Amino acid sequence: METLKVTPLHEAHLALGAKMSPFAGYDMPISYSGIVDEHNAVRTSAGVFDVSHMGEIEVGGSGAEAFVNHIFTNDVRGMQPGHILYGMMLYPDGGVVDDLLVYRLFSQDPSYLLVVNASNIEKDFDWMRTHAEGFDLSLRNRSEQWGQIALQGPDSEKILAEVLGIKEGEALRFYTFVQIFWRGDPLLLSRTGYTGEDGFELYTTPSSTQLLWKTLVDAGVKPCGLGCRDTLRFEAGMPLYGHELSEEISPVMAGLSVFCKLDKPEFIGREALAAQKAQGTPRKLVGMELQDNAVPRAGYPVELEDGTPVGVVTTGYHSLSLDKSLCFALVDSGYSALGTPLWIHIRRHSFPGTVVRKNFYKTNYKK
Amino acid sequence: MSQVKEGLLYSESHEWVRMDGNVAIIGVSDFAQSEMGDITYVDMPDEGDALEQGEDFGALESVKASSELYAPVSGTVVACNTELESAPELINKDPYAAWIIKVEISDKAQLAALMSAAAYAAKIGA
Repeated sequence: METLKVTPLHEAHLALGAKMSPFAGYDMPISYSGIVDEHNAVRTSAGVFDVSHMGEIEVGGSGAEAFVNHIFTNDVRGMQPGHILYGMMLYPDGGVVDDLLVYRLFSQDPSYLLVVNASNIEKDFDWMRTHAEGFDLSLRNRSEQWGQIALQGPDSEKILAEVLGIKEGEALRFYTFVQIFWRGDPLLLSRTGYTGEDGFELYTTPSSTQLLWKTLVDAGVKPCGLGCRDTLRFEAGMPLYGHELSEEISPVMAGLSVFCKLDKPEFIGREALAAQKAQGTPRKLVGMELQDNAVPRAGYPVELEDGTPVGVVTTGYHSLSLDKSLCFALVDSGYSALGTPLWIHIRRHSFPGTVVRKNFYKTNYKK
Repeated sequence: MSQVKEGLLYSESHEWVRMDGNVAIIGVSDFAQSEMGDITYVDMPDEGDALEQGEDFGALESVKASSELYAPVSGTVVACNTELESAPELINKDPYAAWIIKVEISDKAQLAALMSAAAYAAKIGA
């Protein structure tokens, strides 16, 4: 058995009595006080997550801008320092290598921090190296040197200022960041998140990650695990790699074309996406709402009333904020229109539902 | 520490059984509910359904996972606890009061396959 990696906060999680589970090769906290309690804290006040497992890759050199624009679906040309873009890296056929955030760092010549999914760090880094030929680049995998915590919820800005003494949060707009020092260590403060609420993500050294965590938890900010991270991002309509995006599920199928700039002259996967947009895709990702409280789970079949299979659930929950059974499902495109009645097979029965918009929960970003 | 109620019989899959004449009243143990966390939905069979011992007859859903329920005895479902449809959290609050189904059993000898409270407590380390 492969040994699980740990984050700088592993001991803190055990001391808090967290329910731990392997995730992306790390021993990670799923919950502390309970998923419902943690979920509600983020929606109504605030919570703090250990997301140190996420990967950080730095791209510098005179070819950095051209390189990132070659492997990334969004357009980094003309990005201002301190700005952040979401997008994907694609295979030539339009399948997704990973979805990621690109941070334009505060350097004279463009350089970037690419934040990628923990499960894909090695694959992504190999992919980048393979496609680096011909670019004047420095490519560094910094994942082990960075810790990361996410402070999420409507009270985040206040907590950042009052508990951590970080005043720079107030002026930050959504999807922008600053690089500051906190108690002597460099800290990247980013107004981003994966919950649908206002909040910040803080990247810093492992030791400062520990100090940030302790300071927040000692001040009464609720520690939150990966369990509610998933329920929160799901309600907010955000994809999770491996579920709503994958080698088989392209951004066009997932309804994320807005993050793919087909007007760019070139990027890997561009031709395939353009063809998918022009011709349509056989399947599309939809949101569904069930009439019953039975819970659709990933992998459950989506059917017509007569039992004909037309798709599969990718993520589903009984939504805690909306008190409804909801899911994302990949369905044959002919059944993807809003209002289409579809059934989900849950154990011995088929439960009726309707295709609805994917962003189930109205997000509350401040700026 | 999970509570194990005296006077009930227990299955390997953490259901409890209380006999009332020929009818087995079936729920899940305190250990099972605490492992599940907050229960959000109970999937129950229909009255009149025939169950075989060991067969899945429904499920508990929590936020993160679903957990199948297995029939500790064979028989016919004579009642379902409809209160759980709107208040599944009753299982978390008092798992030994919140029964799930009642089954008229077809073979009392099957009860011998179930555990006493003491044997079940030993199994779960309570």
